[in-house]
Amino acid sequence: MRKVPVGAVYLAGLVPLGWIVWLVVSGGIGVDPVKEIEHRLGKIALWFLFGGLAITPLRRFLRVDLMRYRRAVGLVAFFYVGLHVLVWLVLDMGMLWAQALGDLVRRPYLFFGLAALLLLLPLALTSNTASIRRLGRNWRRLHLLVYPAVALAVVHYLWQMKVVQPQGWLWLAGFGVLMALRAVPRRR
Amino acid sequence: MARNSSHPGWADVTPRAMFLNRRALMGGALAAGFVGPAAARIAATPSPYSTDAAPNTLEEITSYNNFYEFGWNKGDPKANAGRLTIDPWSVEIGGLVERPGSYPLDDVLRAAPAEERIYRFRCVEAWSMVIPWIGFPLSALLDRAGVQPGAKYVAFQTLYRPAEMNNQTALSGIDWPYVEGLRIDEAMHPLTILASGLYGDPLPRQNGAPLRLVVPWKYGFKSIKSIVKITLTEAPPPTTWQRLQPQEYGFYANVNPQVDHPRWSQATERRIGGGLFAFASRQPTQMFNGYGEEVAALYAGMDLRKFY
Repeated sequence: MRKVPVGAVYLAGLVPLGWIVWLVVSGGIGVDPVKEIEHRLGKIALWFLFGGLAITPLRRFLRVDLMRYRRAVGLVAFFYVGLHVLVWLVLDMGMLWAQALGDLVRRPYLFFGLAALLLLLPLALTSNTASIRRLGRNWRRLHLLVYPAVALAVVHYLWQMKVVQPQGWLWLAGFGVLMALRAVPRRR
Repeated sequence: MARNSSHPGWADVTPRAMFLNRRALMGGALAAGFVGPAAARIAATPSPYSTDAAPNTLEEITSYNNFYEFGWNKGDPKANAGRLTIDPWSVEIGGLVERPGSYPLDDVLRAAPAEERIYRFRCVEAWSMVIPWIGFPLSALLDRAGVQPGAKYVAFQTLYRPAEMNNQTALSGIDWPYVEGLRIDEAMHPLTILASGLYGDPLPRQNGAPLRLVVPWKYGFKSIKSIVKITLTEAPPPTTWQRLQPQEYGFYANVNPQVDHPRWSQATERRIGGGLFAFASRQPTQMFNGYGEEVAALYAGMDLRKFY
């Protein structure tokens, strides 16, 4: 497991994007490509965010150590968050800035999404080794922001549904499990 | 508003059956096996109520549907509606009518001659299409059943048949069957139709076969599909979305760019069919979906922020 180079994670991270590109090129994306691309990017971002949050419990409970891949997983997640927002702004809103900004502050679900992005931004910016050295203990503290960020992202996902579908509740439950595992007291 | 008389009708286009036959010939005997007999085309007269905007393609209209009885995703109805039995079909008309009873579909369709109505269709989710329905005014059917003077509302109900409608489960969180309602003057308005066809052919199942309501100045969820029951009432009937989320969905649900959905803006809409360059297809939403001239009077003096 440890022999897999970190670069492989970045490469694997491009596979879902490649799949979307393929669907667009082959016409399999459906009659509303904009919404489909936007929603797929958001969902992929969620998968990687959850993946990043799964690494610590995997090590602790299953003794699978993927810690060296965590930065890559987090950065890939952020990459998809960024693409998701970009597609929303350019393809969905058609760069109607006034309506987009108005919606961002007035619509709670969009605001939650924006807040998640803003919380993730400093994490992405300080994901380099130099920042880890410079920030010391504070780096760990800063990166606790990932918890509220993912919580906001999940709420953002559920809240945009006309009615919350079973799949939405599963994501919320999954987040609950990932959080609960962190609350399990250490033995001794 | 009025349709250009030189606009070619669907009759001018290669008939679907011939087109399919040609394909079958080109594809050889193997392809012919898949084509099967083409359904009978519906003779329909053009209507002055049709828009001259270019309709969406059949592919777009039949593969992008909200029909939650068959699943949550836009593609689910197309994938899952095939098993729905639509023949035999009858509509139970009851409540405050002179001639209540179970009307076979053939009988319902004889209420008035079929017309082609090319309508704008605006979903509450802020997307839109232009759809060439085949239908007839609902008022014709209600007149045949005989509306009693005390009737103030019309209630509609979709088929409830979990064996064929895969998402009609308790888990879905929706209290099936789907129900909708109109005020009697809305129901009798000439723009309000019962549609049984699309692009000259019988309505595909995912679009609400064999009979659905179309109310073009209201958000799409008012246009209830696969209707089995029509009841004339004195009190406002319950509607599925209002029951689910009353603060978000009102009884009227008129298309209104000034009254936003609590969670998103209704000021603009994306016309489906713009492909990837949808920023060119986001357009301002029109009051009453552009049918204000015909229907605004129905709501004179009403506060449309309150009666959303």
